[in-house]
Amino acid sequence: MTNVADPLAQRSRTTGLSVIVPRSEAVLIPLAALLAGSLAFSLFLLLVGKSPLTFFGLVWTAGFSTAFSWQNTLSQVSPLLFAALCVALPARLGLVVIGGEGAIVLGGLAAAVAGAVVAGWPPALALGLMALAAMACGGGWIATVGALRIKRGVNETIASLLMAYIAIALFNHLVEGPFRDPASLNKPSTLPLTESLRVGEMPLIAAHWGVLVGILACIACWVLIERTTLGFAARIAGDNLRAAQVQGLPVGRLVIGFTALGGAFAGLGGFFEVAAVHGSANASLIAGYGYTGILVAFLARHNPLAIIPVAILLGGFAASSGLIQRRMDLPDATILVFQGMIFVAILLSETAYGRFRIFTATYWEGR
Amino acid sequence: MNDFKVLSRRTFLGSSAALAGVSAMGGVLGAGSALAQTPLTVGFIYVGPKDDFGYNQAHAEGAAAVKAMPGVTVLEEENVPESIDVQNTMESMINFDGATLIFPTSFGYFNPHILELAPKFPNVRFQHAGGLWTPENPANIGSYFGYIGMGQYLNGVAAGHASVTKKIGFVAAKPIPQVVNNINSFLLGARSVDPTITCQVIFTGEWSLAVKEAEATNALCDQGCDVITCHVDGPKVVCETAAGRGAFVCGYHADQTALAGDKYLTGAEWNWAGVYTGMIETVQSGGTIDNFVRGGLAENFIKMSPLGPAVSDAGRAQFEATKAEIMAGGFAAYKGPLKDNTGVEVVPAGAALVETDVAIESIGYLVEGVLGSTS
Amino acid sequence: MDPVDIGLWGVPLAILAGAIRVSTPFLFVSLGECVTERSGRINLGLEGTLIFGAMSGYAVAFETGSPFIGVAAAALSGVIFGLVHGWICKFKGVNDIAIGIALMLLGTGLAYFFGKPYIQPVAPKLPSISLGGWSDLPQVQAALQVNVLFLLGAVLAVFLWWMFRSTRVGLVIRVVGDSTDAARAMGIDADRVRLLSTAAGGALAGIAGAYLSLYYPGSWNEGVSSGQGLMAVALVIFARWNPINCFWAALLFGGAGALGPALQSVGVTEGYYLFFAAPYVLTLGLLIATSSPERAMQGAPAELSITK
Repeated sequence: MTNVADPLAQRSRTTGLSVIVPRSEAVLIPLAALLAGSLAFSLFLLLVGKSPLTFFGLVWTAGFSTAFSWQNTLSQVSPLLFAALCVALPARLGLVVIGGEGAIVLGGLAAAVAGAVVAGWPPALALGLMALAAMACGGGWIATVGALRIKRGVNETIASLLMAYIAIALFNHLVEGPFRDPASLNKPSTLPLTESLRVGEMPLIAAHWGVLVGILACIACWVLIERTTLGFAARIAGDNLRAAQVQGLPVGRLVIGFTALGGAFAGLGGFFEVAAVHGSANASLIAGYGYTGILVAFLARHNPLAIIPVAILLGGFAASSGLIQRRMDLPDATILVFQGMIFVAILLSETAYGRFRIFTATYWEGR
Repeated sequence: MNDFKVLSRRTFLGSSAALAGVSAMGGVLGAGSALAQTPLTVGFIYVGPKDDFGYNQAHAEGAAAVKAMPGVTVLEEENVPESIDVQNTMESMINFDGATLIFPTSFGYFNPHILELAPKFPNVRFQHAGGLWTPENPANIGSYFGYIGMGQYLNGVAAGHASVTKKIGFVAAKPIPQVVNNINSFLLGARSVDPTITCQVIFTGEWSLAVKEAEATNALCDQGCDVITCHVDGPKVVCETAAGRGAFVCGYHADQTALAGDKYLTGAEWNWAGVYTGMIETVQSGGTIDNFVRGGLAENFIKMSPLGPAVSDAGRAQFEATKAEIMAGGFAAYKGPLKDNTGVEVVPAGAALVETDVAIESIGYLVEGVLGSTS
Repeated sequence: MDPVDIGLWGVPLAILAGAIRVSTPFLFVSLGECVTERSGRINLGLEGTLIFGAMSGYAVAFETGSPFIGVAAAALSGVIFGLVHGWICKFKGVNDIAIGIALMLLGTGLAYFFGKPYIQPVAPKLPSISLGGWSDLPQVQAALQVNVLFLLGAVLAVFLWWMFRSTRVGLVIRVVGDSTDAARAMGIDADRVRLLSTAAGGALAGIAGAYLSLYYPGSWNEGVSSGQGLMAVALVIFARWNPINCFWAALLFGGAGALGPALQSVGVTEGYYLFFAAPYVLTLGLLIATSSPERAMQGAPAELSITK
């Protein structure tokens, strides 16, 4: 962005270097970090007497090598995309919201309950209403966090975390009480969705439609933030909330709007979990996606487009966990250690941005 | 319904008798027949850690017995959530390792995850612990479980003799039929000793939540409960906390003698080793496992921990006598007239719910004398 | 001694006992995070440190036979995690919240990885002091079994409060937390202060973990923490970065957590999930009641990324 003001960069635009070179920084630095993290983890494996080559071979096999591997990887991606948006959108306003889990489970519950009400309606209409109910529920829940911040000055981080625990308690109470399907014996659940209200798999890729919708949502959010006046206002407010207020920007409405939107996406993630995976709302929905989403968002530096590859990478790692347990006789926590090391490396690499002259157009023009 | 149940149990007994014959023959024929078997790859999936002193450990001990069998490769995965993860795990075991027999051992794996995968892999057998297979379900799914309620009944007999305060306590995870039946059985066993005994129940709402389980145990002790048992995934915390407060402990899932020492009366344990090796032998000999399998003490699906030193002679005598009655078959913990704890009659005079009655698997009421509610 | 029927008195007693038994991990983590945040850094990864502390404390106690060596080992492992966090965060452009989350993952992963062989063995437990000898009721005696660490935590809260108020060390931490530039002008190495503050915070979180595995509930397994580390970080904001308030917040949280089981034990059995949410509802309610848009971040260190 600052390049535009830089006369040198402006001149080099004709060569296209100013477009390619700085962007290659955003790709090459994380890749180098990935490599560094993998090396650190290889050392760890050698210390515990296991082969790093076997490990990475298995990550490749299980996560990325075949159509089935990709299906396995992608099947985990949908809730991560939505959960990450619930963190990334408020983060652009400078708000750290860590309670997306609450919006996911309440959204899922709302979808399941709405599904019972609209059973028998035309499926397209019914599914739309279920998704709306989920988004309204999740959006309302997180917007409350935003409203508390604006109206009462309540810190959004602690409020969203507390509300996530409250949401889960409420969810359990409702699923095992008023909304329990009496026929769900040993796994208390809401009424199962009728077959026509189940979201199926996409053609070619054996992953449900939530993946595609999630990717589209990320793209839409990127456009919203980077290419609209609303997004511009949000970025200003994110840089300095007080300055934005002084300048007369509608900070209150921005905060409530962005938290509501983030929550709505988390709720939509809950809708897909219910409609595509579980078929009803039950305790299996509380799977911690909301917390993993925080990590995805921070790794993507709250850039909605970057959320997509990060979520896929995470999905691939998770998909390989089983094979590593079975083939290498390593505990299931191995993949957590691996992820931890990779992420520390990637986050540490953020300090490298702007430090290397090879990532400036002028460096290449000089040659 | 009842007939179907008894029938299936009989057929299972029949097949296990046949099995015994087959394995005896195998013994005669020697190693040659073992070599001739096509190698069988079996997957076990656990919802929690496999050394939790509880539910998962019981299954893992069964898997360990299978590992010792010739011609079998065992795959194990622990801490697999009841989400899309378990579908991926099962498919991964099938696609990458060629598993043809899978034991997803958590109840929550059944619907929708096993139901989703079974039609896609007709040549793979899915053996699910705890489920209620019905003929509408795919034929390559089987469900098996044990009458562990009888074990809790025997726990209750031991508790009834040990309790001074006539109040016993139960730390429960969720109010589902399997848990509710255990609570009722524990109290009914105790009431077979002294009909004035009551049982206080506390639901923690989660299958594994260490601090809350400890708090619940303390709350029970504060209210004067002097024998405690539980139904959570890992009974370690409850056993240690209760013993620490000076209460007697009845175990569950696995043997917890080491955790409670002298305070341990007995425990209701799973005995999956025999069940699993039996099923594998059936498959190895070319047979098919019944879709609906249940068994109790007599069929070696469950067992009792050795009685602890605190059990009195009278307690020991009644425990053994009741155990013999259960082993003989047809035992009923629920005997009419019986009311639930809101005063509604649930079993009329003259009627009874025997061990094998499938109605017990959907039981929703707590019997009279249980202090607590299911919602 | 025969137990006595105490009926409804069980509820206040359970709240008192719960406040003492359950609060200690919250207390230690929040005090540790208080020190870290006062220096202008936030370490969201203390949950991972706590879990690793629970594992390493239990493992070392089992191997050496001494729970106190276990606590020391847990503190040491916490220091290491704190140093890693503090060191990484000194680089320009690195986000402390994000690093915290990544270290939470790493700490949890390492604890589970190396903790497998220690789930089954039984380690010696931390002793407790009986303060209930004056009562004939066994329930009261049990409730007043107070662990040394709880008392230590209470003393530490007062000490830290005094330290921030009236000592040079406290002043330095506060200056660094309020303005890196001012600290630099005074010749203070801000990065070093933050490094040490984060290490101290890590040590306290490690001790909190050892309390979980070595005293209450007193065993190591993968479910031993139910988010105490994460919650305690949030409690610091609730306590407005005041160590004394951290103590009250931890007591409130522990006591309210005991409400659910205690109510069930006296016959209030319906809607127990809602009672289990009591600590969260209560904290949120108090938070809303005591906040106002005008003095939104009273007491907040100005350099803290979460409140900027």
